[in-house]
Amino acid sequence: MARAAKPRLSASEHHRRMEIKATRLREIVTTIILTPLALIWIYPFLWMVSAALKTNDEIFRSGANLLPKALTFENFERAWVQANIGLYFLNTVVIAAGSVLLVLATTSMMGYVLGRYRFPGRRLVVGVFVATVFLPKGYTIIPIFDLILGLGLNGTLTGVILAQSGGAHIIFILLFAGYFGQLPKELEEAAIVDGAGFLRVFLQIMLPLSKPVIATVVIMQLIASWNDFLLPLVLTLPAPELRTLSVGMYAFRGEYYIDWSGMAAAATISIIPIIMVFLAMQRYFIEGIAGAVKS
Amino acid sequence: MALAPPLSVSKPRKQTAISLMLRRISQHRWVYLFMLPSLILTALFTLYPIFASFYFSLFQWSGFTSDAYYIGLQNYQEVVPDKQFWNAFEHSFIFMLSSVPIKLSLALGIAILLNDRALRLAPIFRTMFFVPVVTTTAIVGIVMTFIMSPFNGPINTIMLDLGLIARPIDFLGDPKIALFSVVGVEIWKWLGNPMIYWLAALQTIPASLYEAAEVDGANWWRKFAFITLPLLKPFAIVIVLITAVGTLNVFALVQTMTGGGPYFASEVMEVYIYRTAFGAANSMTLPRLGYASAAAAFFGVSVMFLATIQIFAARWANRERAGLAAAETQLGDS
Repeated sequence: MARAAKPRLSASEHHRRMEIKATRLREIVTTIILTPLALIWIYPFLWMVSAALKTNDEIFRSGANLLPKALTFENFERAWVQANIGLYFLNTVVIAAGSVLLVLATTSMMGYVLGRYRFPGRRLVVGVFVATVFLPKGYTIIPIFDLILGLGLNGTLTGVILAQSGGAHIIFILLFAGYFGQLPKELEEAAIVDGAGFLRVFLQIMLPLSKPVIATVVIMQLIASWNDFLLPLVLTLPAPELRTLSVGMYAFRGEYYIDWSGMAAAATISIIPIIMVFLAMQRYFIEGIAGAVKS
Repeated sequence: MALAPPLSVSKPRKQTAISLMLRRISQHRWVYLFMLPSLILTALFTLYPIFASFYFSLFQWSGFTSDAYYIGLQNYQEVVPDKQFWNAFEHSFIFMLSSVPIKLSLALGIAILLNDRALRLAPIFRTMFFVPVVTTTAIVGIVMTFIMSPFNGPINTIMLDLGLIARPIDFLGDPKIALFSVVGVEIWKWLGNPMIYWLAALQTIPASLYEAAEVDGANWWRKFAFITLPLLKPFAIVIVLITAVGTLNVFALVQTMTGGGPYFASEVMEVYIYRTAFGAANSMTLPRLGYASAAAAFFGVSVMFLATIQIFAARWANRERAGLAAAETQLGDS
């Protein structure tokens, strides 16, 4: 029996080896196709960091060579002090922190009640939020500016934080609603027996359980806020000292037009932290983006 | 629901619909309280501005602190024959039509390659393609003006060294190519988003389908054309919609790379609106808020119209898919 089966076994073994070979070949071909493309994709950042470490003279003379002859750190000093990047960095951090906290609070509360409760008006609220997806947005900067002016918040960081947090954030709400909706009922029932109220159930039991969604919302809103341009540009028109990194660099571009290494250093200071945050929390961010299509 | 006191549910008393409703509402008072912050912010910064845009468009209004005069539809009468408006309108659509197909098909190609479990470097490649998405658009735009510069910019330097061109190309200063240079950067910057969308969609296709096709001797192309593409279709409509509308909103890249120039050759709608409403500080003209609102409302409605057509297309495609699924179950039964 065993002897008779042997040649057949080795035939299937041979087949399996061929398959592994084909898979390896496929992997090699794919890697060869993707590597140059992926390098093009990160080249601008490599150039930026390399230019920030060179002198202006060297940038112009070295052509496409990315490696600096000697590391020059004075560009960073010049950008931080002369171009006010330090101040803009602080403004950006304050705005990002404020809008992350505000968005986290509002969307988690909204998602919690939509995900766990059936109440009169629920369909209406869901309908309004879904409708905002299809209404024309992005061309509404004039009323937003007028509103901030009317609230007396023109030229304040609070105004920028509020305006950034005021989007409908439908994806965050859906993520929270979906997550809270699938948690078992027994969780809160036990707590209610113990005498916990609505607020305590939410804060002490539900919210701590939703850490994965919180992580997604925090990183997505952080990156959105850090990268925002039109809102802070318009809302800080009367107060240059409140500019964010993107607005500040835009304003200074005219002045420091020839100082490539200084601008590259300022850009590096602005961009590298957000890339680091992304690399550290990549999984949550990708999940959030994918959620846009799945939901 | 869990917090509804059990007493109230079992009360057998006759009640009118209104008092029942009121009681249900008061039972849920915490629910309404929880919705309030989100509703207020959305009402103020999303809903109100949409309607206010239309309202403001009926006024002649030159500056936020000055008085506005009601002039009816005069702004619209002026927008329709305005060459600068149509110039920006056209550029926005050229921008969208040249960027979206390339971005989406390239992203799909990369996503299919990355979705292959044999590729061990896939997570690293995915990160590399995605990094531009998370970086600050305005700053990327400024860095790109250096990278594309005709004076020692690295792209021109490399192409000159390779002998691909005889003299530097002025990517952002040549009116014929400025808009497309920005399109190129936009594709590079945002490719990661549709790539992740496609990956998410590809992961919903069960591997068993491909295995069954392999047993039947289907080659790579047939698997792509008869399994991957049809199953991606319902996702594709959403992805096209999100990407197209997002691309029509382009502002930061154009504003920082060309400012709409040279000579308005790359001015898109958002840049035009910004220039008409806020850009007056640098020139001698007065801001025209009512007029800019009319242009914004006109363009916004056009985009919404386009999106609505897409949604109907999506409905139609999903119905077709439902029919397909029904046919499959019938085949399975027989």
